[in-house]
Amino acid sequence: MSGLVIGFDLLLVAGLAWLAWQALFDRHRFSAVVHFMAFGLVMALVWVRLDALDIALAEAAIGAGVTGALLLAALGRLPATGGHSPAWRAAQRPLVLLALSTALLATLALAWVAWQLPRPGLAVPIAEALPESGVTHAVTAILLNLRAWDTLLEIAVMLTGVFLVWSLGAALVPYAPATALPGLPALTRLLHPLFLLVPAYLLWRGSHAPGGAFPAGAVLGAGGVLLVLAGALPWMHEPRRQPLLRLLLAAGLLLFLAVALGGLLLTGTFLAIPASMAGNVILAVETAAALSIALMLMAFYLYGEPGR
Amino acid sequence: MTEWLSLLGYVLITAGAIFFITGSLGLIRFPDLYARLHALTKADNLGLGLICLGLACQAPDLAAALKILLVWGLILIATSIGATLIASTALACGLRPRLGRPSPPAVTRDDTRRP
Amino acid sequence: MSELYLLLAAALAGMALVGLFRTADLLRRVLALNVLASAVFLLLVSMARTAEGVDPLPHAMVLTGIVVAVSTTAAMLAFAVQSHERRRRERP
Repeated sequence: MSGLVIGFDLLLVAGLAWLAWQALFDRHRFSAVVHFMAFGLVMALVWVRLDALDIALAEAAIGAGVTGALLLAALGRLPATGGHSPAWRAAQRPLVLLALSTALLATLALAWVAWQLPRPGLAVPIAEALPESGVTHAVTAILLNLRAWDTLLEIAVMLTGVFLVWSLGAALVPYAPATALPGLPALTRLLHPLFLLVPAYLLWRGSHAPGGAFPAGAVLGAGGVLLVLAGALPWMHEPRRQPLLRLLLAAGLLLFLAVALGGLLLTGTFLAIPASMAGNVILAVETAAALSIALMLMAFYLYGEPGR
Repeated sequence: MTEWLSLLGYVLITAGAIFFITGSLGLIRFPDLYARLHALTKADNLGLGLICLGLACQAPDLAAALKILLVWGLILIATSIGATLIASTALACGLRPRLGRPSPPAVTRDDTRRP
Repeated sequence: MSELYLLLAAALAGMALVGLFRTADLLRRVLALNVLASAVFLLLVSMARTAEGVDPLPHAMVLTGIVVAVSTTAAMLAFAVQSHERRRRERP
């Protein structure tokens, strides 16, 4: 049986290496993008093999889904020329060989150092701190309580990204008009309840099992990108709805900041949540964060500011 | 009873894998986008259905089995509409279906470049 | 088993660096950066498997990292797309 498992691991590793090679060095850009999407899906399997189910959920929705949609949408708009990698000139060859061998040596050194590093790990202290965090799933406890600072800044980074993208220009209309493809609105209507049900389930599950704000937001955002693609969200482009849209985009960050300041008032420490109410506070922050993450993923997909 | 169900599961999964291999072969060998879609969607949906049935036979309880079958239903919806979208977009972009007998070396990868 | 994935992470990082510096195309650079990010995530998560169980801290870091990676990808693609659109509008 263990031979089978090792064989499966080897298959995964070889497949990932091949997919990455194709994604980086394929002659056609479209083919490279499709290989990259397949790379994301196989990567999700690797996360399952490494006992990282939260990451697998997020990677399947974001790495393969949303990133792939972003890349494909950009590919349709960029000029078809200029996509081919230049051939090496004769004078470049020694330099390229030097660069290749340096990269190879550096990565081998990296692997060697990683192999040698002591691996103390924080599994034991985290397990000890878990009862006071308000949830029983360790990853959610770290994200929303023990190391909430990281998550707060991460949502701020994402919001900054949305501001950057929106400040570049007006939103671009979808590449393919939705009216020409009747199947797409039908699909979104059919799957609409599921796009709400699955994130709600993931959010609820996050307190005791893999799930939580990030996978829920990712799934909701992937469904939302499909809605944007089908033209089913005209309110996002209406000028009078823009304040609401901006408020929802910032909701996760605002609630998170409010909780942080509340912790400062109640306990004297920034971002400290009192253990008695931690469970409910975490659920509220997670709900707002998931909603904001989903909306931000959809906002990225517009490639510009709507309603301008 | 359980052993028989488990055995039936193995048979179904093997049959499903064979369908997958056939579909992938069609994806590699067929001349144009429409024929490839035809091979991929039909053979893979059937293969996936057989694999899901096989896994459901081996599931620990009824709820898990129903979840696996739900996966099959969802993927059927998604792939059928996805295949329609790919085909209609390709047609709108001006890719004509190849009619008549294909000449073997004419398979170019440029056919599939535009989504 | 995690040694296998460590080696894969090293190989992916090397390939992504070569791809990143070799190409002049923005879209391919975005792809290379994403592969590089995946390699780093893989390194972190396979290092998280210690003798005393799975360390959840790198998992949380990678989870935030994935979201930051998609933000940077979207920002870079938006730069490429909007600059091309602007050029096209000025020179019809």
